[in-house]
Amino acid sequence: MNMQTGMKLSVAETALCEAYDNAIGELPGDGAVLAARDTLISDFKAAGLPTRRVEAWHYTDLKALLRAVPAFDPAASVAKVGPLVEGSSVVSVANGLADARATAEGVTVRTFKDALVDGTAAAGLAARDGDDAIGRINGAFVRDGFVLDLADGTELEAPLEIQTIQNAGQTHTRFPATFGANTKATVIERHVAGGENAAFVTTVSDITLADGAEITWIILQTQGAADTHLGQIRITLGTDAKLRLYVVNAGGKLVRQEIHVVVSGEGSDLTLRGINLLGGETHTDVTFTVGHDVPNTTSSEVIRNVIFDRARGVFQGQIRVAPDAQKTDAKMSCNTLLLSDEADFSAKPELEIFADDVQCGHGATVIDIDHTQLYYLMARGIPENKARAMLVNAFVAEIVEELEDEPLVEALEGIIAAWLEKHA
Amino acid sequence: MLEIKNLHARIAEDGTEIIRGLNLTVKAGEVAAIMGPNGSGKSTLSYILSGREDYEVTEGDILYNGESILELDPAERASKGIFLAFQYPVEIPGVATMQFLKVAMNEQRKARGEDELTTPDFMRRVKEAAAELKIAPEMLRRPLNVGFSGGEKKRAEILQMSLLEPKLCVLDETDSGLDIDALKIVADGVNALRSPDRAVIVITHYQRLLDYIVPDTVHVLYKGQVIKSGDKTLAHELEANGYADIIGAAA
Repeated sequence: MNMQTGMKLSVAETALCEAYDNAIGELPGDGAVLAARDTLISDFKAAGLPTRRVEAWHYTDLKALLRAVPAFDPAASVAKVGPLVEGSSVVSVANGLADARATAEGVTVRTFKDALVDGTAAAGLAARDGDDAIGRINGAFVRDGFVLDLADGTELEAPLEIQTIQNAGQTHTRFPATFGANTKATVIERHVAGGENAAFVTTVSDITLADGAEITWIILQTQGAADTHLGQIRITLGTDAKLRLYVVNAGGKLVRQEIHVVVSGEGSDLTLRGINLLGGETHTDVTFTVGHDVPNTTSSEVIRNVIFDRARGVFQGQIRVAPDAQKTDAKMSCNTLLLSDEADFSAKPELEIFADDVQCGHGATVIDIDHTQLYYLMARGIPENKARAMLVNAFVAEIVEELEDEPLVEALEGIIAAWLEKHA
Repeated sequence: MLEIKNLHARIAEDGTEIIRGLNLTVKAGEVAAIMGPNGSGKSTLSYILSGREDYEVTEGDILYNGESILELDPAERASKGIFLAFQYPVEIPGVATMQFLKVAMNEQRKARGEDELTTPDFMRRVKEAAAELKIAPEMLRRPLNVGFSGGEKKRAEILQMSLLEPKLCVLDETDSGLDIDALKIVADGVNALRSPDRAVIVITHYQRLLDYIVPDTVHVLYKGQVIKSGDKTLAHELEANGYADIIGAAA
């Protein structure tokens, strides 16, 4: 083992290094893919898991929080779940293995394993930067996933659902997706786990929207209470492209979802909506960066957090506006409904603006249940516990309803209501 | 039906006494108007009847059908049939109006040991009551009270009242912010609910509403007490002469 500067590896770091040594013979790909994996794991060994001294990880000290990593478990259950929305096309990765199949006209779905085997995946495996722990771990271990391609002009009627099912052990998946010009589609990236056993999941999606594409991408994470989920989505927006990205976290013990957006096409728009339902002992971190690199683009980010018990939440949001990116309009807000004295939320907004004719703003609030609203509901005969649940639900339902897609809104509201029933 | 005895109450937060020895009796079937200048405690009385936590009763009692309601929370009072039509209905983004109506109706039914409404039955009731009050279906598709005009909010309050079929209705300045057409619609809605087993308390500044909802009794509230009671002619007297004479006589 290549131990530099005498750094002592933690239990989790040691487990990952050993898992790599054990798994490397079976991981798909050789040549450039293998070389990329080796670089990533040796960088990982050198740097270790990030601690709070690394700025990007200041509120999520991964080295301290990630206490153990379960070994790969070939026996983990791979029971499928029904689609979130009736009529969706479903593809799934169960315990690390993908089942690609034809979905709809204009859509090509290949397994990521194929891309690893034929080497086309190699270039995308590099980490984003020196602090990219998720990119490193995922790139070293990635075994499967899907490569999605929507041909120019394709409009999907029904959603496409990508499932990751992991009830125990580890999985590392990638979902690169290319949406051709003027495509329209809804993709649901869903991470589920039913078991009591701890699962360790990393996932990276690279998404490119060509000119005029209008895409809704939903990340729905409902893993088990002992699970770790490290997710990263990298997005590039072309001219006049519109992406609505919803991130819903309603599970997991240690969760970090990173969202990195490059706005490189004029007239493009990003709408990010985050819902974090946090209870028990979870630590959930949503880290977002957007770079407005060209003039006349817009982005709006609204994060709503509901926190019970001893849960901890983090939102880091960074908006960068390049010197040429005049007329950028970027607004970010993070609102937290704190329902326990022992819960905690940290919000860190950052604006780096190098253009002078822009509108950028951010705001963060922490609130309790509105007592006047509670009184009003009770004055109509709704008992206090039910009235509270309605108001908590309303706090997040408001942004779900912005989707204006009835089956999808109903399905998400169902997930939220079920979660609240269990935790409120 | 309602008996308020020597009621003293204050704002919980700062201890300011608002109601100072108020006595009032309202019988089943009666429409009682409560009038009085600004700051006399009219709205506070309505909040206390509904059980708002921001006020503390320090002395006296409120009996509803012979039983004290002081220990009951707002939801318990509502399910026993006490309804307050708010002067300022509360906007609740994220709660759909229809969902709210259904939950409120069914929770009250549950509390009374009745079966929940079926969806078709619920829809039919809402549709009929909304049509009576000239409430457009679009309004019911919005979140509760959000984006409603002042008049729409008041009509929505009366809609809730007619769907929940309370026994004691308290209307807190339901006339404020209404034009004459809306006022007539609202008054018709209230009059339709008049019945021998139901009492209505109308809190208002002005005689105008009482031309449409004709009261059986009129009570003048001043500095947290009822200083004069009479029949509907008292309201006309107040309209003509203002409060000064009565306040002077009571002082």
